Formats: sequence, structure tokens, C-alpha cells
Amino acid sequence: MTDPVVPPQPPGEPASVGHTPPVGPTPPAGATSPAGALPPAGQTSPAGAGVPRPDTRSPLSDGEWHRMHPLTPLFRGGLALVIVAGLVISNLRERIIDFFLRAAVPEGPEFEGDTGDPVDFVLRHGLVPLALLAVLVVVIVLVGLFYLAWRFHSFRITGEDVEVRQGVLFRSHRRSPIDRVQGVNLTRPMLARLCGMAKLEVVGAGTDANVKLEYLSTSNAEAVRADILRLASGRRLAEQQARGVAPASKTQAAASIVTDALTGLVLGAEEPVAEPASVVHIPAVRLILSRIFSGRLITLLVLVAAAIVGAIVGTPWILFTIVPIFLGFGAVFVRSLTKSLRYAIAPTPDGVRITYGLFTTVTETLPPGRIHAIEVRQPLMWRPAGWWSITVNRMTGKRADQNGNDQFAEVLPVGDRRDVERVLRLLMPGMPEAEWPLVFEHGILGPQPDDPYTNTPRRARILHLLSWRRNGFELTPAALFFRRGVIRRTLGIFPLARLQSVGMHQGPLARALGVASVHAHTIPGRVSGELHGVDRDAAVRLFADAEAAAVVAGTSDHSHRWGVEVVDVAEPGPDAAAEAREVAPDLARSHDFSRGRTESREVAPDAEGTAVDAADDAARAEPETGVDAAAEAPREAPGPPASRADDGEDA
Amino acid sequence: MTSIPEPGTGPEEPATPAPTTPTGTTPPTEGAGAPAGAEPEPGAAAAESEAAERAVLDAKTFDHVLEPRSENRLPLGDGTWHQLARAYVWVRLISLTALFVVVLAAAAIITALSGETWLWIPAGLVALGAAWTAAITPRQARSFGYQLRADDLVFRRGILWQRTVAVPYGRMQLVDITHGPLDRAFGIAQLKLVTAAASTGVSIPGLTQEAAESLRDTLVTVAESRRTGL
Repeated sequence: MTDPVVPPQPPGEPASVGHTPPVGPTPPAGATSPAGALPPAGQTSPAGAGVPRPDTRSPLSDGEWHRMHPLTPLFRGGLALVIVAGLVISNLRERIIDFFLRAAVPEGPEFEGDTGDPVDFVLRHGLVPLALLAVLVVVIVLVGLFYLAWRFHSFRITGEDVEVRQGVLFRSHRRSPIDRVQGVNLTRPMLARLCGMAKLEVVGAGTDANVKLEYLSTSNAEAVRADILRLASGRRLAEQQARGVAPASKTQAAASIVTDALTGLVLGAEEPVAEPASVVHIPAVRLILSRIFSGRLITLLVLVAAAIVGAIVGTPWILFTIVPIFLGFGAVFVRSLTKSLRYAIAPTPDGVRITYGLFTTVTETLPPGRIHAIEVRQPLMWRPAGWWSITVNRMTGKRADQNGNDQFAEVLPVGDRRDVERVLRLLMPGMPEAEWPLVFEHGILGPQPDDPYTNTPRRARILHLLSWRRNGFELTPAALFFRRGVIRRTLGIFPLARLQSVGMHQGPLARALGVASVHAHTIPGRVSGELHGVDRDAAVRLFADAEAAAVVAGTSDHSHRWGVEVVDVAEPGPDAAAEAREVAPDLARSHDFSRGRTESREVAPDAEGTAVDAADDAARAEPETGVDAAAEAPREAPGPPASRADDGEDA
Repeated sequence: MTSIPEPGTGPEEPATPAPTTPTGTTPPTEGAGAPAGAEPEPGAAAAESEAAERAVLDAKTFDHVLEPRSENRLPLGDGTWHQLARAYVWVRLISLTALFVVVLAAAAIITALSGETWLWIPAGLVALGAAWTAAITPRQARSFGYQLRADDLVFRRGILWQRTVAVPYGRMQLVDITHGPLDRAFGIAQLKLVTAAASTGVSIPGLTQEAAESLRDTLVTVAESRRTGL
């Protein structure tokens, strides 16, 4: 089903005239056919041919303004308003009715002295029509307010932006460029889920940079999410053609809303349409045990022990503090458990899809190249069971004060070795097979004979009494690995294509011991990029190498338009990275380290023509992206000097 | 305006001149000399403008970077380090003296009015801190340095606590220049580089205003031409 669609001109909004596309003169169509109120989605509509971007997508992302689900105001605080009002009225009803009815029946008896029930009072004095009228007025006012809020709340998806405007008195209009999309979250709170509704959050790069489309029907939300991801990928939307053609009329639309809501209520929460299979399954028992045996357990035991000791030596009343302690910890425990239940992670063409949550289901899609740091960690108590968790740094688009409860930083709440490996392969699709031992054998399980990692020198072991043999780093063309901690083992992985800068620090003590610390600077998040106690010379070398590699990886990275890559080529292998250092990246062979596997095509260095040729190539290879590629070619195609050197040799 | 030794050429340049290049194989990291050899005319012009740029960046600055004495220090490496303007020390000293005087005066006045003497403890601590900072400022100011390399900007600071940061040009999100009234009187400004990582923290205090503006323009141009994703 589709939300009824904004007619070309929302009322009382002169601005909207400017927003209607140049083909705007659809009014004739709108006036004649009942479907005319819908955007030029249907192939029948004449306006469809005139849209500047000839590619077809789902009707919701055709560059026109669309409304949210009609029940939106109810779920965005409207329901709470009604409930609060109801509570207030039920508590104060005698006073209220007394107050209002006093005016109607001035000579009536004291309400207090009456039967005590205002309903009886109303019936006895023949005020039924008046009371009904009052209720009716309240209902009409509420519905009117909701209607207004709904009228003024609309979104638009063009080829370049996602926009949302809302508010009646205080208008807000938020626009976010699509090629900077960091991810798309689909959240379905319990109540909304029962009605088949979902809220879509387009994650932007920055603080408080999210665009929220709340609420849409689940199927629409899925369609919009797919559209946004495809647009962001730079691919064409031709596949979307005949999907989800809008219902013919408003009545039909309304009917379908009701049906969907009923279906949702009857069948319960429906699953997203085409959910890819999860590569990891977490048994509930493991999840519960892992939440119990976490750092919180120790804190809890310490607090309880302190209370008991306090009760023995001091006053017994301290024992009663145990109850709130247990309540508090229990709440946190249950929350973290319900959040992680029904966890699923699956690969999709547009990135990794992670689903979480028992009651409020959240589905996050992380497009390729949006992960800035990964950390595999193992608390001490998980070691006997061989469990690990994986945390990432990526843009959440939230305000700074919301970052604390980042739900998705933990992309794997708990998993065994195979799970960790599967998830890491999803997160780092481009990593060459030869480098995988760096992750597990050497990185996570820690120093083994023939260790490729560079560790803290023996002379500085005073700084890392337990972990000096393990504390170390390794640099590959694609990523920087930091291995840390013996009691709480962690492995930090920093894709070089996402590294913002590299730092090197040295204080007086470190200088005396001939060591330094190296910092990988990534966007803020839970994964720290600091490695202390590195041999001075090794640190200086790492600093230079990592910076050089980060520059190469950064310039050859095109994952912000991940869909432009065309054909999958076999594993590039370790030498592909070296090759990429020499050969210029351009549109045709947008090689990037984080996604080496999707290297576009085999192009021998000498086969590469000038940049213009390459751009032409790209355009030919992918006729659908023709427009985009041509537009982007002049900007992106000219490669760094190395390619020109090759060209020069050709000439 | 660009003094950055382009690796051969910048990616923003059209590819057409490349086939005409006689030698063609310009090593990317050769530095300033290479483009001059490849393309005599523009190369000479570039070298000239680069010399002018360097003159702007190095006008009225310190002449060598101060380092810790220990052999284990983080080395300076190659390349030319640009430094802060000498006026920066005066600005710092003046503002620290002002802080020193104001704190002590405030403490004296309040003591005289109310008879409370405990106030001298925090006031004394602040004044002591200001005096200590003022004492090390001349040395500290000489420890700042930045290099404009082919692909990145390297920034260093500190003697006791050394810190070196390398920021690829493509990662810069914005360049921020601030100067207060005292800075303006002495003709200096502070330049701050912002990347997506909060921890990058590159802020170069005490550039001459001309140097700050020219550096900003250079950085913005180069960052624009090498724009990468986040």
C-alpha cells in the first residue's frame, strides 16, 4: 500500500510551488484521472515521461513530495497526548464537569451533594446532548490537529537529496545529500509494528545529521530504504520499475491502510519482505550467559558484598540497599538482553544489514566503506567459553548526548570464533585471504611463534607488565592492526581508507625507555586508536608508512559510490594492493582497499587510456549510469600522476 | 598560491598535458624539483610562486625547531619545517601577565574587602601556573612546526611531551582561522584544521596573518582537489 500522495500544491504553502519539478504542469492529469493525485509513478501518467531523471524507482522516491503514513501524528506523541488527557480527565472529571455544568445549570443542586457520579448528574439534568457535543468537539479538534500535522509533514527523495519538512507553526525543512549517506536505519517500535508501520532514519555524516522519515508503512519504508541505498550507490534504479504501483484512488488507499493495520494486529509483527539469511545465529542461552558473565556481574557482586559487610559491622539497615541495586542491575540486564535478542547480520548488495531487538526491532544497513574502526574484544570471563564481541566506529548522525546509547556499536554482541570470522568477512570484504591469519591466529589469539606483529621491546616491559609480549601492531596495505591487552584481549582494525590522520606521541618516561605511542585517528566511537609502548624506530616507521598508505587508500577509495563498480573480479591478492599504489585509481577501475574484491575490471596499466578515455569506458561499460558517470568523470577520472606516467610511456 | 610540492602534478589538472611530457615518468614524491624538469615553463612559474609562498610562510618566524636532547626523541625527519611567528611569544607573555595581575589583584581586593585569606590559595595556584607557563613559553613556541608535504600536512609540537600528527589533505573538512584583539595588534592568527576525527587536533597558533591566510587558501584548494570520502 502507499501513502496518499501530496497533491502538487500543499495548501497554504507558496514554497511548494518552487519545489514542484519543471514538469509540474500535471494539473490536467491530476484533475481528470483519479490516479492523477498520485505522482507520475504509473507509466500511464504523462508526467512520467517528462521527469528530468528518466530512471524509474519506486513511486515514493520520484522527486515529488510525499506524505507520511496517516497514523503518524498518533505515534509521534499523539497517542501519549490522548492518554495523558484521558488520565487527567478521569482524575479530575468531577471537578471539570462540575465547573462546566455549573454554567449550564446554575440553579442546580450542589454537585458534591448529589449521587457522586457525574454521569448520573448529566442524565438527571438532561444534559446528554451537551455532553456529547463537548466530546465531539474535543475529538474533532484532536483529529483536526492531527490532520494538520500530517498535512504539513512530507518527504521528498530526489537523485541528490533526501528532504523532510514538517511543523505547522514552526516549519522545519531538512535536506541531506544522498551521496553522503552513512547508513539507513529502519526502526519498528512495538506499537507501530503492530500497525505495520516503521520509522526510517537516514544517517548523515555529522552530529545531529539524521533525516527521519517517521512513520511509513513497513513495505513503503523498505522500498524507500532500497531506493536511498541504490541512489547512494550510484547505480541506476531501473530494476525498481513496476514495483509497488500505488492504489488507484484515495478511498482505496485508505482501505488498504485499514486492511494493513488489521493484518498487522492479527498476524502480529510481520517480517521485512526479503530478509537475507543471517550468517550468525546466537543461541538465547549463550546470549543470556554472556550478559550475566560480564563486567557488570563483578560490579554487582562488589556492591552486594559491600552492603553485607556494612550490615555486619554497621547498621543492618544497609541491607535494604541491596533491593534497589538488584532492581537497577536487573533493568539494565533485561534491556541489554531484549535489545540483543533476535540478532541477525546478513550481507546485502548495499552493505551489511544488522537486525536487533525483541520488542523494538531495529534494522541497520551499513553500506560498504562506512566502517571506520573495528574492535574484537574478549572480557576475561568469556575466555573459557571462547566468546568474543565486535564493536565498530561509524557515523551515527546522532547528537553528541545520544551517542552514549549507541545501539549498533556492538555489531556482534557475542559469538564464537566462527561467528567472529564470518562477521569480520562481512565488514571487511576486500581483505586478501593471505591476511586473515593476521586477524585470528596472530591478532586475536595473541602472540604465537613466528609472530608478524611488532611488539613492545623488552626494555619497556615495565610499562606493560603483563601484556608487553602481546602489545603490538601490524600494517597491511588495507588496514592497520593494533593488538592489545592480555586480561581483556582486544584487536583493533583500522581500514586505511577511512583513517583521518595519524599521530605519534612521546612523553618523558617513554623517551627514557626509547618507545613512543602511535594513534590512529578515526571518527569518535567506542574503539580507541591508541597503541602505547611501541619501539621508537618502529613507531617512526609505522607513522610514515601508515600515513603514506592512508593517502593511497584514501584517494583510491570510491566506496561512497559503491554501486559504480561493475564486474566482480577474482580475489586481488596481496599484490593487487601494491599494484594499486602504482596505478591510478579512476572511475573505470575504482579499486579500493576496503573492497578489493569488487575491483571493477582487469585493466592492464598500459591499456588505460587517458582519463577521458577511461571515463568513456566507464560510461560504456555501464550504460545505465551513463548520465552519472559522464557527470562525474571530469571530476573523478583524472588520476594521480602515476597513471599519467604510464600514459606518457605509451605515448 | 600553492607551494605544495605536487606529486608530479595535481590530480585536478587535466590529463592532456601528460602525453606531451618528454620524460613522463615523474616519481610522485620527488618534491619541488620534479615538475620544473618536466614542464619548464609552468614549472618555473610554480617554483617562483612557491618561493614567494615560502617567503610568506617563513617571514618573521623562528629559524629552527627546538627538540628534546635525548637520543630517543621523535626525529624531525626531512623536509622543511615552517614555524610560528616570533610575535606569538609576546602575545602569550602579555596575556599571561594580564592573567597573573588580574588574579592577584582580584584576590587582594576581595581580601581587603572581606578579610578572607583562604582565597589566596586558589589565586596563588593560578598565578603560579601562569608564571610557569610564561617561563616555558619561549621554548615551547620554538617547538611548534608544520610541513607541507606532497600528500599531507605534518604538524609537531612539544618538547617534554612530543606530538606529531600527519593529516592527508583529502581528509580536511574545514580550515578555521581565529584571531583575538591582542592577536590582531601583533598581526598573528591561529589556524585550526578539522577532520572527521576529533582526536586529530591540529591547531597552529601564532602564524602571521598573511601566512595563515595563504596557508588556508592553499589547504582549501588542495583539499578540494583531493577530496575523498569520509
